[in-house]
Amino acid sequence: MEKTEVRQIVLDIIADIALDEDVTGIDDDKALRDQLDLDSMDFLDIVMELKKQHKIEVPQEDYPQLASMSSCVEYLKPKFEAVQ
Amino acid sequence: MNTNGLPRIVITGVGLTAPNANNLRDFRKALLDGVSGLDHAEIRHMGKRVAGFCDFDETKHQSKKMRKRGTRAGAISVYCAHEALADAGLELVNLDTSRIGVYIGITEHGNVETENEIHELYQNDLNIEYWSHHHNPRTVANNAAGEISLNLKVTGPCYTIGAACAAGNMGLIEAVHMLRLGEIDQALAGGVSESPHTFGIFAAFAAQGALGHHEDPKLASRPLDKKRNGIAISEGGCLYTLERLDDALERGAKIYGEIAGFHINSDSTDFVLPNSSRQVQCMQAALKRAGLTPQDIDIVNLHATGTGQGDIQECKAVREIFDGHSEASINFTKGHIGHCMGAAGALELAGNLLSFEDNMVHPGLNLDEIDPDCALKNLVYGRPRDKKVKVILNNSFGMLGINSALIVRAY
Repeated sequence: MEKTEVRQIVLDIIADIALDEDVTGIDDDKALRDQLDLDSMDFLDIVMELKKQHKIEVPQEDYPQLASMSSCVEYLKPKFEAVQ
Repeated sequence: MNTNGLPRIVITGVGLTAPNANNLRDFRKALLDGVSGLDHAEIRHMGKRVAGFCDFDETKHQSKKMRKRGTRAGAISVYCAHEALADAGLELVNLDTSRIGVYIGITEHGNVETENEIHELYQNDLNIEYWSHHHNPRTVANNAAGEISLNLKVTGPCYTIGAACAAGNMGLIEAVHMLRLGEIDQALAGGVSESPHTFGIFAAFAAQGALGHHEDPKLASRPLDKKRNGIAISEGGCLYTLERLDDALERGAKIYGEIAGFHINSDSTDFVLPNSSRQVQCMQAALKRAGLTPQDIDIVNLHATGTGQGDIQECKAVREIFDGHSEASINFTKGHIGHCMGAAGALELAGNLLSFEDNMVHPGLNLDEIDPDCALKNLVYGRPRDKKVKVILNNSFGMLGINSALIVRAY
């Protein structure tokens, strides 16, 4: 699976959570929290949607991996490939 | 009026959403014009049923994200709170937000959200892994008040008051206490309900033989009528801005009315059936606290839900106090909007509040042939009645035998 595909999936999930914000201009290397109004419940929403939509489990100790878009993609790419 | 030296408390703002209006003036007009807010709706597991839904703009005062995260009760509360503050001419930037309290009467809370989660659970083959982390904050009993606190960034004491369908009055009464104790300087108080978003309440009233129905949904809620057959379940909200009289006068606030008296008591009789003797005691105690007699009351707003026994028992209680002792006009609101549960008392008071200005009594809707057991002198139905109005007594009663009577007078 290409990184761009993983990025788009994550971006779609975030767009459905940060409903009032424009997510198209996200800087992949900056923390998501520094660019969007996201709190801990929003990150749990991301985890839940990954599980619901793609059967991907993100254990609690790995939550820091979701800090930025680039870290999300790095962390999730092998997980997506594993469930394909 | 006897306040035992305690501060006098006044209403300086109203924010509401009802099945037939989204602000006080429109609500008043709808009640005077006989506009129903009831319609048929598809209820999960129940099919087409009569219900009353509000159509306010949920995102007028709340972000889309927070609306999705929160509850319908929270959305109604946030809307009403903003509208009540604006109507009072208050801006949060000029207030000490740690001195603002929120007191919301609720009939129940959490059923809607729990039903939704269980519905999802069944869609997911009972896999509990998908149960939402939002479930707890959505279902805690203080949800409606907490969502206001978060939205307005108000840090004073904000909580709900569970009191079945007597709850709307109860929110205001709690605000009076807190203002008189000096715990807060402004209160946002009243009642809220999201009840028709749960099928359980429809199913339970149906099982009780008390779910209102009619082929024309606008005729389904008909308190005191011979052909009444139960409750039309509605949502809604009404929050008041309340202040101490001196504070309101100092800032030159518009004053809708003054809380003159109130009382809360309990039947200790039955899970669902009312006790008219306790209702009498409740109204009498409210009158006594207000230093008023039945002759001083211009409008009695009945709780009148449209159930067989509920209406009879309340009419018996009101007859005992007012018939032959008062020229009070008597009306009811649920014919127009159905039973807004936790919001009912607060909304129904709001429906009469502007009678202090327009000197009319709004009629009860859908009363065509009165049940002889519900006969009351000076009942207003069919069309509005012209009358100089200075004092309103507002009744709200609830299951498990909780009664509340609130008296408001023109300032």
